[in-house]
Amino acid sequence: MIQDYQVNGGFDEMLDPRTGVRGHYRKFHKLFKSVSPGEFDAKRQAVDTAFLRQGITFNVYGDAAGAEKIFPFDMIPRIIPAKEWEHLERGLAQRITALNLFLHDIYHEQKILKDGVIPEFYVLSARHFRREFVNFEVPKGIYIHVCGTDLIRDHEGNYLVLEDNGRCPSGVSYVLENRRAMKRAFSGMFESISVRPVENYPQELLKSLKFIAPAGVADPTVVLLTPGAYNSAYFEHTYLARQMGIEIVEGRDLFVRDSRVFMRTTKGLQPVHVIYRRLDDDFLDPTVFRRDSLLGVPGLVHAYRAGNVSLANSIGTGIADDKVMYYFVPRMIKYYLDQEPILPNVPTYLASEEADRKYILEHLPELVVKAANESGGYGMLMGPKASKEEIEIFRGKIIAEPRNYIAQPMIYLSQHPTFCDGDFEGRHVDLRPFILSGERISIIPGGLTRVALRKGSLVVNSSQGGGSKDTWVLYGDE
Amino acid sequence: MLSRVANSLYWMARYIERAENIARIVDVNLQLLLDIRNLDEKRLIAYWLPIVQATGDEAAFFKLYPHASGHNVTEFLVFQMDNPNSLVQSICSARENARMVRDQITLELWEELNRLYLFVRSPQAREMWHHSPSDFFHEIKASSLHIIGIINATLIHNEGWLFIQVGQYLERADKTTRILDVRYQSLPARGVPDRISPDEALEWSAVLRSCSSWDAYKSIHGADINPRQVAEFLLLSDNFPRSVRFCVNKLNHALRRISGVPEGHFTNDAEKLTGRFLAELQFSTIDEVFAQGLHQYLDEAQTKLNNVGAELFKAYIFQPFQAADEIHMVQQEEQQQQARLHRF
Repeated sequence: MIQDYQVNGGFDEMLDPRTGVRGHYRKFHKLFKSVSPGEFDAKRQAVDTAFLRQGITFNVYGDAAGAEKIFPFDMIPRIIPAKEWEHLERGLAQRITALNLFLHDIYHEQKILKDGVIPEFYVLSARHFRREFVNFEVPKGIYIHVCGTDLIRDHEGNYLVLEDNGRCPSGVSYVLENRRAMKRAFSGMFESISVRPVENYPQELLKSLKFIAPAGVADPTVVLLTPGAYNSAYFEHTYLARQMGIEIVEGRDLFVRDSRVFMRTTKGLQPVHVIYRRLDDDFLDPTVFRRDSLLGVPGLVHAYRAGNVSLANSIGTGIADDKVMYYFVPRMIKYYLDQEPILPNVPTYLASEEADRKYILEHLPELVVKAANESGGYGMLMGPKASKEEIEIFRGKIIAEPRNYIAQPMIYLSQHPTFCDGDFEGRHVDLRPFILSGERISIIPGGLTRVALRKGSLVVNSSQGGGSKDTWVLYGDE
Repeated sequence: MLSRVANSLYWMARYIERAENIARIVDVNLQLLLDIRNLDEKRLIAYWLPIVQATGDEAAFFKLYPHASGHNVTEFLVFQMDNPNSLVQSICSARENARMVRDQITLELWEELNRLYLFVRSPQAREMWHHSPSDFFHEIKASSLHIIGIINATLIHNEGWLFIQVGQYLERADKTTRILDVRYQSLPARGVPDRISPDEALEWSAVLRSCSSWDAYKSIHGADINPRQVAEFLLLSDNFPRSVRFCVNKLNHALRRISGVPEGHFTNDAEKLTGRFLAELQFSTIDEVFAQGLHQYLDEAQTKLNNVGAELFKAYIFQPFQAADEIHMVQQEEQQQQARLHRF
């Protein structure tokens, strides 16, 4: 069992190759040793069955009857000591503050561009830059209300920011459900290890949403706008709406009249003041963005501009998760806050900078190349694992469209003991904390730890054998 | 409450009730045939065709099958995915509606409905059906009753629950009229038949068993089976929970609680039509029904119930919420939720 677990290269979250089990894992390790293989198996099966029965699943497109799969869950928790978490928290708060200031700036005076800190061309050419919203005052000046920032650790255990998700980051429902599952399976452990709770996330989210309600509305009606039951994150949408006690609506439930948004209820039309939307900008309003959108609400943008309804996240935040903008985040932090970044980026090369491009093209077999505007592992080249042909295809793409590509060295992510086929083996993990900005910034302790279940795989994608773990942030350091 | 949510809860309840009633009607017919001798193909069809007619999907049936053999009818009513009202399709639709309002229903309800859905779609269901149809139908009926129990015992009895009641009782009233109509061809167009054969007695007791009313009926009328009493019991009984009068009474009650309008008044046509139909059921005798002709009467009752459904839609739902089409689904699926994991 767990006592036979060994480090197999790279940075291990639990074991230090010289001193053994790290301090913050010691209590867990000791308690977990006493769980027999039979007991562990029974707990594991109970958790899987519960997830399937409750429908804690993601959807598979193309099955009209609604096929769903469960997101694999690994029962060995990832543990973060208090001191380490404080450092992460400060770094994440610094980053979201800078990103919100940056968005406000580029949609207003564009000082950062005029001062030459970021070349104008990059911002104005970004796909998610919404010119229509220049000089528009977003409620309380907040652009990104909910942010999911992905963190990884390199071979020395240094935390690095991999990317920011400032549009509709998802996964927080798994954080909450994973914790519930762990509490059911190992209730005794929570008594002796002091783990910070995550349960108040829905209340915090609702508070942030109410904070941006239009002026003069004493008791705002908040709704969650979902694309619908066929969206991969539909479970999360219903889960959050239920936890917050708000209505979950689809575009067709909403209706705009005199620049005000209403929902259609059995008692007639009822006003809506804040919309937590899990819909992309492009689909929000067919009269402004994509005309063929069946999911949006005609007139919604007009109501938003009139200040009668607030949106979270605001329109146009996608530019902050453009991979090229990511390159400039450390500069933003310096420019707006006059601070050094607490959490560094992964070293990044921009294909549209001549020197960088030269370096990228010469070192393609060693680099990871990413498309600037894609998320979720699309449009990507993993140099060390790619065939010659694939590398040549990307070489062509980079030369043809340098603005659209960045490159980074391959990072060997930290590993974590994970249950695989009856044994505990090291598997690569990352971490996505969720950051809320409302009246103040609040970060859920921990976040979603994703794990690449396949041996040697650096891909934690759920469709490619990725799973998740519960993340424990301790009150102390041991 | 959102109109779309009310709509989904209403249809979820209707489809659950529909599946249960198909299970009842097919199960009883299969058992009935075990008791009847000298069955040739022609006579068999005489037993199966009325069942298809009773569901109101006769035209759809003959598009798919040349004749109403037992095999074809049971396949059409139970497993046929091209029949939107088949048992399996009804359960899929019930579950799909529940999924749309997953946040409005309890975990227990979702789990049981999901379990039933997974069961009817599994190879084990087919296998069970082949080996022992009555076990299969028992499973469906038991699950449906379980679901109704969960609905009443775990849901808050609020507006959403009332829309569930509306769907359930509207569907049940409709299905009871259809089950009662199955044997109409053996009846005179008007008036009560004087005498019935032993086979006919078996048939009318099958009608009772389709409505789970065999025991209830016997407790009142003893073992004397005749069409007049059977029809009276299933149409006009004021306390048997599957009789049309009982269902319409419940429907009326639920509609009034939704709008808050007292007895004797109405605010929409669904309430008006329901109240009127209820009064008629309360103040009719079975001899008047037979004088008009039972088949004729049941036909009109179905139209009345359909009209209530249509008015309900106008009063509360306002716009059609059809199932998502392909483009709609693709767009829903396309929305980036920034969840998928990047490769490093």
